[in-house]
Amino acid sequence: MSDHDSTHGDDEPRIREGHLSGDDLTAYVCTNGHATFPGHQRCPTCGESQDAELDLSETRAEVVTWTTSTATPPGVREPNHLAIVEFDLDAALEASQDFTAGTVQGPVRTLAQLTTGDVESGDVVAPTYVEELREPGAGIREPDSQSWDGYRFEPVES
Amino acid sequence: MRDVAIIGASMTQFGQRDAWIRELLAEAGDACLDDAGVEPSALDHLYVSNMASGEFEGMTGVPNALAHDLGALGAYTQRVDQTSSSGGAGIYAAWQSIASGASDATLLVGGEKMTHKTTAESTDVIASLTHPAEYKHGVTLPSFAGLTARHYLERFDAPRESLAKVAVKNHENGTRNPHAQFQKEVDLETVLDSPIVADPLRLYDFCPITDGSAALMLVPAEEAESYVDRADDYAVISGVAGATDTHVVHERDDPTVMSGVVESGERAFDMAGLEPDDVDVAELHDMFTILEFLQMEGLGFAEHGEAWEHVEAGETEMDGDLPINTSGGLKSKGHPLGASGVAQGVEIYEQIVGEAGPRQVDADVALACNVGGFGNCVITTILEAAA
Ligand SMILES: [Zn+2]
Repeated sequence: MSDHDSTHGDDEPRIREGHLSGDDLTAYVCTNGHATFPGHQRCPTCGESQDAELDLSETRAEVVTWTTSTATPPGVREPNHLAIVEFDLDAALEASQDFTAGTVQGPVRTLAQLTTGDVESGDVVAPTYVEELREPGAGIREPDSQSWDGYRFEPVES
Repeated sequence: MRDVAIIGASMTQFGQRDAWIRELLAEAGDACLDDAGVEPSALDHLYVSNMASGEFEGMTGVPNALAHDLGALGAYTQRVDQTSSSGGAGIYAAWQSIASGASDATLLVGGEKMTHKTTAESTDVIASLTHPAEYKHGVTLPSFAGLTARHYLERFDAPRESLAKVAVKNHENGTRNPHAQFQKEVDLETVLDSPIVADPLRLYDFCPITDGSAALMLVPAEEAESYVDRADDYAVISGVAGATDTHVVHERDDPTVMSGVVESGERAFDMAGLEPDDVDVAELHDMFTILEFLQMEGLGFAEHGEAWEHVEAGETEMDGDLPINTSGGLKSKGHPLGASGVAQGVEIYEQIVGEAGPRQVDADVALACNVGGFGNCVITTILEAAA
C-alpha cells in the first residue's frame, strides 16, 4: 500500500513489552523528540517509533488539576485523591545522561494518586513509590494483565 | 452515496428494569418496527449498539439473538461497541449500510442492562476502558469529570453554580419525558448540597446508572415517503461523523478541549453544509454536567471558556436560542450505555417530525453529540426535516 515505511529498515516485529504498559514511570521519546507517558507503538504526534526512554521516577511535577473521588470501584482506597500532574521536563532531561536540553518536546503529564487531599492546583509534588496502588483482582481487570505498583505524588516545598 | 432517512423510532422506559438485555432490545426493536410500519422480514441489516453485555450479564452474541427474537432471521447482524458512544456509532454504521447500498432497510437497536450491579461494580465496568497506567490508580469516569471541572472553573473563572444549572435544566426537561428515569425537578440548592462524588462535582452533576433500550429505523430517503403516512413524516440524516481523541486522558494538550467533539462536529457540519448557528435543538452527552460545556464549545455553539455564560443566560433552556437536552439528557433520562446515543437520535427525530409532545420546540435542524469514554471517541449526527 505504502512505501513510506522504510525508515525502520527491517522486517523484525518491534516488540514493545512493557513499553505500552505504563508499568514504569518512564517517558518514551520518538526519533523527532516527542515524549509521552505512557509509551505507544508509534508516536501519537508524528507516527515514528519511540526508541528512547526518559526516567521520570525522581522528577518533580506540578499539579494541573486534582479531585477527591468518594465513589471508588472495588479494590480502590476511599477517598481516592487523584491529580493530573505535569513533570518538570527540563529537570528530567538535566538528570538524564541520554538527552540534551531542548531536544525533547513535552508537556509530559500523568494521572496519579496523591498522598493527601490537601493540595491546590500549581503545587509542586514528587513521586513516592507504592507497592500496591489498587488491589489486584478486586476489579474487573485481569490481575496478570498489568502492574499494580507505581507512584503516588506528595506535596514538597518548591 | 444515497441519502438516508429515519422513518421510525422508539425507546423503552429507562430506569431500573426487571428485563435483561435480550428483552430490553426486543422491546425497543419491536416498537420501532411498529412505529415505522416495517415487517421484520424486510430487514436487510440489524445493528445492536451495546458496550458490555458480556461483562454486565455474561450474555454475548446479542445481535443474533435479537434477529431471532424479532423474526428477522437472515438479516446481517453486527454489534457496535464504542463504549458510551456505541449508540452514535450505531447510527453511523446504520447510515453507512443504507448510504452504500448494502441495505435497503436497517434497524438499529441500542441497549444496556446495568442496575443489577452495584454502583461500584458498574463504575468499574465502565472504567475498564482506561489505560493500565490510569486504571491502577483507581480512576473512574466521574473522577475525570472532577479533574476537568476543577480545571475549567479555575481557568475560566466560571461559577460553580453554572454547572449546577445544567443539572437543574435537564431535570426540568426530564419532567416532560415519560420514558425518563427521573421525572422530577431539582433546585439549585439540592444540586449544590448533594454528596461530593468527585470534588468539586456532586451527586447531581452525574447521570444515574440505568437499564433501557432505544431504536431507529433507517431506509433510503428516496423510499421514505412510501413508508410514512404524511409526506414530511421522516427525518434525513444530513451529517454524521466520528472522531477519536487520546486513550490516555492526561496526554491531551488542553484538558478543556475534547478534540473528538471538535473534529466529529466539523465533519458532520461539513457533510450537512451547515453551521452551528443553523442548529435549532441539540442533544449533548451530559454524562457529567461539565461535558455539556465542553461539547457546546467543541461544536461551536460557544467560544472556548464561555459556555457557562450561555447557560447562566438561559439560552439553552426550552425557550432559549438553542434548547439543549430537551429529552432531559442523560442526566435525568438515564444512561444505559449502548442505548444513550440511539435515544439521543430518537429525541432529535421526534423534534424534527413534530412528535416530541410537551417537549416540542420549533426545529428544522437538530444535532446529537454522543461521547464515548471521557471524549475518547465521539459521534455527531445532524438531522433535517424532509424537504
Ligand atoms: Zn513523534
